[in-house]
Amino acid sequence: MSILGTRVLRTEDPRFLTTGGVYTEDVVDERLVGACHLFFVRSPIAHARITGIDVSGAQAAPGVVAVFTGADLAELPPRKGFPMMNQEMFQLPLATDTVRFVGEPVAVVVTEDPYQGEDATELVSVDYDPLPAVIGYPAALAADTLLFPAAGTNVTAEFGNPGKKQDDLFDGCEAVVTATIVNQRVAPAPMESRGAAAVWGDDGRLTAWIPNQGAQGTLGSLAGQLGVDRKLIRVITPDVGGAFGAKFGADPEVVVVAWVARQLGRPARWSETRYENLIAMTHGRAQENTITIGGRRDGTVLAYRLEILQDAGAYPRIGAILPSLTILMAPGPYAIPRAEAWAKVVVTNTTPIGAYRGAGRPEATATLERAMDLFAAEVGADPAEVRRTNLLPPFTEPHKTAFGALYDSGDYVTALDAALAAADYPALRREQAARRERGDVLQLGIGLASYVEITGGGDESGPPSENATVEVHPDGTATILTGTSPHGQGHETAWAMLASDELGIPVDKITLKWGDTDLVPEGGGTGGSRSLQQGGAAVQQASQELIEVARERAAQELEASAADLVFDVDRSAFAVAGDPDASVPLAALAREERLLVRTVFTAPGATYPFGTHVAVTEVDTETGKPFLRRLITVDDAGVVLNPLLAEGQRHGGIAQGAAQAFLEEVVYDADGNPLTASFADYPFLSATEVPSFELTDMATPTTYNPLGAKGIGEAGTIGATPAVQNSVVDAVAHLGVRHIDMPTTSQRVWAAMRAAQKEA
Amino acid sequence: MQVKLTVNGEPRSADVEPRLLLVHYLREHLGLRAANVGCDTTSCGACTVLLDGQSVKSCTVLTAQAQGQHVTTAEGVGTPASMSVVQAAFRQEHGLQCGFCTPGMVMAATSLLAENPRPTETQVREGLEGNFCRCTGYHNIVRAVLAASAAMTEGGLAEGGLSGGEVSGRPAEQAGPADKAAGQ
Amino acid sequence: MIPASFDYLAASSAAEAIALLAEHGDDAKLLAGGHSLLPMMKLRLATPEVLIDIGRVEELSGITTDGADLVIGATTRHAELAASALVAELAPLLAHAAAQVGDPQIRHRGTIGGSLAHADPAADLPMALVALGGSVVLRGPDGTRTVGADDFFTGYFETALEPGELLTAVRVPGAPGQAWGYQKFTRRANDWAIVGAAAAGGRIALANMGPVPVRARAAEEALAGGASPAQAAELAAEGTSPGEDIHADRAYREHLARVLTRRALDGQAG
Repeated sequence: MSILGTRVLRTEDPRFLTTGGVYTEDVVDERLVGACHLFFVRSPIAHARITGIDVSGAQAAPGVVAVFTGADLAELPPRKGFPMMNQEMFQLPLATDTVRFVGEPVAVVVTEDPYQGEDATELVSVDYDPLPAVIGYPAALAADTLLFPAAGTNVTAEFGNPGKKQDDLFDGCEAVVTATIVNQRVAPAPMESRGAAAVWGDDGRLTAWIPNQGAQGTLGSLAGQLGVDRKLIRVITPDVGGAFGAKFGADPEVVVVAWVARQLGRPARWSETRYENLIAMTHGRAQENTITIGGRRDGTVLAYRLEILQDAGAYPRIGAILPSLTILMAPGPYAIPRAEAWAKVVVTNTTPIGAYRGAGRPEATATLERAMDLFAAEVGADPAEVRRTNLLPPFTEPHKTAFGALYDSGDYVTALDAALAAADYPALRREQAARRERGDVLQLGIGLASYVEITGGGDESGPPSENATVEVHPDGTATILTGTSPHGQGHETAWAMLASDELGIPVDKITLKWGDTDLVPEGGGTGGSRSLQQGGAAVQQASQELIEVARERAAQELEASAADLVFDVDRSAFAVAGDPDASVPLAALAREERLLVRTVFTAPGATYPFGTHVAVTEVDTETGKPFLRRLITVDDAGVVLNPLLAEGQRHGGIAQGAAQAFLEEVVYDADGNPLTASFADYPFLSATEVPSFELTDMATPTTYNPLGAKGIGEAGTIGATPAVQNSVVDAVAHLGVRHIDMPTTSQRVWAAMRAAQKEA
Repeated sequence: MQVKLTVNGEPRSADVEPRLLLVHYLREHLGLRAANVGCDTTSCGACTVLLDGQSVKSCTVLTAQAQGQHVTTAEGVGTPASMSVVQAAFRQEHGLQCGFCTPGMVMAATSLLAENPRPTETQVREGLEGNFCRCTGYHNIVRAVLAASAAMTEGGLAEGGLSGGEVSGRPAEQAGPADKAAGQ
Repeated sequence: MIPASFDYLAASSAAEAIALLAEHGDDAKLLAGGHSLLPMMKLRLATPEVLIDIGRVEELSGITTDGADLVIGATTRHAELAASALVAELAPLLAHAAAQVGDPQIRHRGTIGGSLAHADPAADLPMALVALGGSVVLRGPDGTRTVGADDFFTGYFETALEPGELLTAVRVPGAPGQAWGYQKFTRRANDWAIVGAAAAGGRIALANMGPVPVRARAAEEALAGGASPAQAAELAAEGTSPGEDIHADRAYREHLARVLTRRALDGQAG
C-alpha cells in the first residue's frame, strides 16, 4: 500500500520538541568561536537628513570593538533600485545622508559580548534635520515632499494604465456600486526574528548562516550587494523559525554583518530584537483598492474595475511588484465579462513592503469578495447565490482569463456547495434571522469568500522548475538534496515519503538536506506555495530515475535482462520476474559505485488552487466587539500527499488570514512614528481569539505534475481574510452597515453602527 | 555575583552579572537553547520554562531571582528518543511546524496540565494565551494538549489521535474570550 | 531588550529592605515578581542602579485574616490569590481580578504589592482594590501606616508611597456573599483593559478611564438613590478623563465605561 496520502508523523519533530531547533542564534560552530556581536543604531525619525554622527562615545564604551557608519561602507558596489521600480529609489545598507523610515539602519556597533551592545548603541549620537514625513497615499501622490528628489516623483511604478478607464465598462448594468477598500499593512512577525552569522575563511570565502527561504537566491543577493563573486560565498540555512515571505534574499543588515566580518577579520553575529523586527523587517499588504462593480438585478455581475494604490514603503522591494499579481487575479473565480485593473505604487516614509503569505493574491480576493457582498447587498440577493451565479463552471482543460492567467483546473461551485453544506448555511441564516427578530445583543454574521489563487509560477528565466538529488547508500539509507527550503512545512518528512514510495526505504531512514549552497548550488527555495508541486515532483522523479539506473546494475548483478526484472518496493529489491529468490537489494547496488540521480522537474506553468471559506462571527452590538466563532473551509489544492501536513498549512494560513481581518494592523502616526512596535502593541493573534477550524477536503487534481498537486501554503490566508471581514459586516448589516474596513476592531464596528444609525 | 540553582535536576553554580536574564543563562552558559527569545515585552512565551514546577517567562526572570530554585526546560522533560507525554502528543497531533515557539509551548502546556489535568478546549486556549505561535493557528496545539490530558488521565496516548468529541469549534464551546466578568 | 547594569541586593526581612531603601534612595527600586519592573527595565524606561529583591522575605507573603479583613502579603503571587479558597470566600472579586492579569506565566510571578505599587490605571488589581474599598499597609523608617485605595493611587503610575517606604500588605474588607461584578474589555485576551469596570458593595471602579482607577461616583450615587443598574450605568463616564490611543478614542471609552458598568452591576458572566 502506498504511503502517499497518509498521515505520516514528522520525522523532524523529536528534536524540535526536546533539544529544540537549531536556529541561527543557536548555531554553535568552531568557525564562529570568538565572534563579535552587532547592534544597529536605527533612525528614530521617519524622514530626515543626517547632519552628523558622533561615534566617539560608543567607541569608548566597554567591550566595543568598532563602530561603523554608512561612510565606512562606501567601498560596496553602487546600489540599484529594485527591478521594475524607479531606479533612483534604493536603500544603502547604512544610511548616509538621508533616513526615510523609523528603524532604518544608520550605524552599527560591534561588541565582544551581546549585553554590551545595547549599552554602547545608546552612546552613538546622530544629528537629524527633520524633513516632512510623507505618510499615506494623498501625501505621496501630492508630492509636495519627495522621498527621492532625483526621482522627481513618489510614484515608483505603475501596472496597467492607471487612470485610463473604459467609458462603456458598466454599460447595461442595472446596479453599480463603488467603494474604497483598505487592505491594511500588517507585520509578518515570524516567531524567529532576523539574524545572521558570518565568517570569512583563509581561503577568502564567506560562510554565512542566515535564516532565509532560499539559500541560492540569498547567495546571489549577497554576492551582488557585497560586490563579490558568487563562488566565494557559501550560504547555510539553519532551522528557520517561520518566514511567511519576509525572509527572502539578503536584507541590508545581513550585508553589513558580512562586511563587518570581512573588515574585522573575525566572525560576526547579529540577532535582532522584536522591536527591530516589527519596524525593520518588511511589512505586508498595504493596498488601498477602489472598486466599481456592476451587473443586473438578478445577481449577474457584468463588469468590475479595480484601481490599486500600493504603498511600497520607503524603499521599493518585492512588495512593490505584487500589485501585478493582484491585477492578474482580479476577476478571481468568476466569469465576469468585462474587467479592468491598474495599479500605482508609491513610496512613503514607512517600513518597506515585502511579500507576506499570499503576496498580492490575498489583496485581490479580499477586495473582490468585499465587492461581491456589496453588489449582493445592492441588488438584495443572498451572497451565496450571487457567488453561485457568477462562478466559472467546472473545467478540466485550462481556462485562460482576460487578465492572462491560465487556470489549470477548477470546480468552484462544488467548493462553494461543500463549504455551505459543512456550515449548514440555511441553519445559520435561520439563526441569524431569529436573533435579528429578537434584537439580541449578540448578533450573528455569516461571511463567505470564494477564491482562486496562483501558486508555483515561474519567472522571467523560464517555466517553473526545481531540482532534486536522491542517493541510496549501501547501508540501506538514503539522502535527498532539495532546492526547496522548509521552515515549518515538513519537507523532511514529505520528501522522504515520496522517495520511500519509490525506493521502498522507510521514511525514517531517509535524510533530507537543503539550504547549503555548497551542497545544493541551485534551487528556487520555498515560497509562493511552490515546493510540493515542483520540489516534491522532482524528488519523485529523481527516485524513479534512480530505480532505472539501479535496474541496469541489477540486470548485470543478476545476469538477467533489465526487461525481465521487477522492482519490489516492499522488499526494496530487484527480482527476476517469476523468481523472487533471484533478487538483489537496492542498497547493494550502491556498494561498488555511488547510486544517485540528480534531476530537474519542470512544470508547464503555475497551478491554481481554489476554495470557499465560511466564517461565522458573533458581534456584541453593545460594544461592537466581534467574536470569531467558526471558520469552515474548503481548500482544494489537488491531490494531498500528507493530510497531516496539509491541514497544518491550512490552519496556519486561516489563522493569519483571520488575524488580518479582525485584529492585526501596523499603525503609524502622521509623523511616521510606528505605534505598534512591540507584541504588547501589535495585536498578534493568540489562541483565545480563534476557534478550532472546520476543514472539508476536496481534491481536484492538476495535470501539471505527476503528484496532481497544487500549492496549499497560502490558500488558507487568501480565503479567510474576506470571509471573516464579510462576516463582521454581515452581523450588523441589518442595522444599515454596508462596509467596515479591516481590521474590524470593536471601535470600528461600533462607529459603523452609529454612523448607520445616524443615516437612518 | 554567585548564583546556585538546579537545572533539569543538576546542581549548577555560576558567576553572573545581576542583569543576566534567566533565558540567557540557560542558553549561553548552559547551552540549553531550546528556550528562545521571541519578543521584548514578556508577550510571546517562547522562553517559557518551569521554575519550581510553575511556568514562567525566563526572559523576565533574573538568574539571580532563581537562586536556590529548580529550573526545568524542554530538554529536561524528554529526549528525542524518550519524549514526555506532552511532547509526544504534540508530535502526534502535528502541534508544531517551524518549532520556534514549541519548547515554550510544551512547558506552558506541561504546567497547565499539572494545575488542571482535565481542561476544556476553552481552558486550554486561555491557558496558552501567553504563548504565541505564527505557524499552526493553534488548532493542533489545542488538540495536542487535550490529547496529552486524555493520555495522562486515562493512561496512554490514543493511537491515531484524539477520538471524536474533542475539538469541534462549535459556538457553544467557546466563551467570549475577553469580556472577563463574573457575579453571583 | 536587556536592562542597563545594576547592583543586586537580596533582603531577608522587611526591616532590611527598608534600611536598604534608605541607604540607596532614588537609585534603588524594589523587586518582587519583577513583572512590572523588569519589562520596563528591559526597554530601558527604568534604569535603577540598585535592585532590592524582596521576593524571599517570608513576612511579606501569605494570606490571612485579621478580624473581618483579609490580609494579603505584598509578595503574594497573582496565581496564589486566584486559587485561594479564603479569598474566594471573603473577596471573590479580588480572586477573579487576579486571575485576569496577563497570562499564566505572568500570574506565577507577578505580585499584588508590585502591581499596586506600579499603579497602572489599566491594570486589574488597582481597579479591584478601589472597587473593594481596600487599603494598603506601608512601612517606612518612621513606622507603619495604612492608606485607603482611593487615596493610594495619586497619578499616572504614581502612588502615595513615600521614598523609602515598602508596601507590606493589602487589606480588603471581607464580605462573604456580597454580589460583585467584573468586566475587562480587551482586544486580545492577555492585553491590558481598554476599559475595565468592577463593582462591589455599592462601589464602582473603572480602569483606564483616567490616570488612576476612578470611582464612578455619579453612578454610585444614583445607585444608592435607588436607580436601576442600567440607569446608574448611564452616568458611569462622568468625571472620567480617558485617553485616546490606537484601540479607542474618548467617545468610545466613555461608551464602554457605561456598558461595562451596567454589566458589572448586573453581575454578568461572559
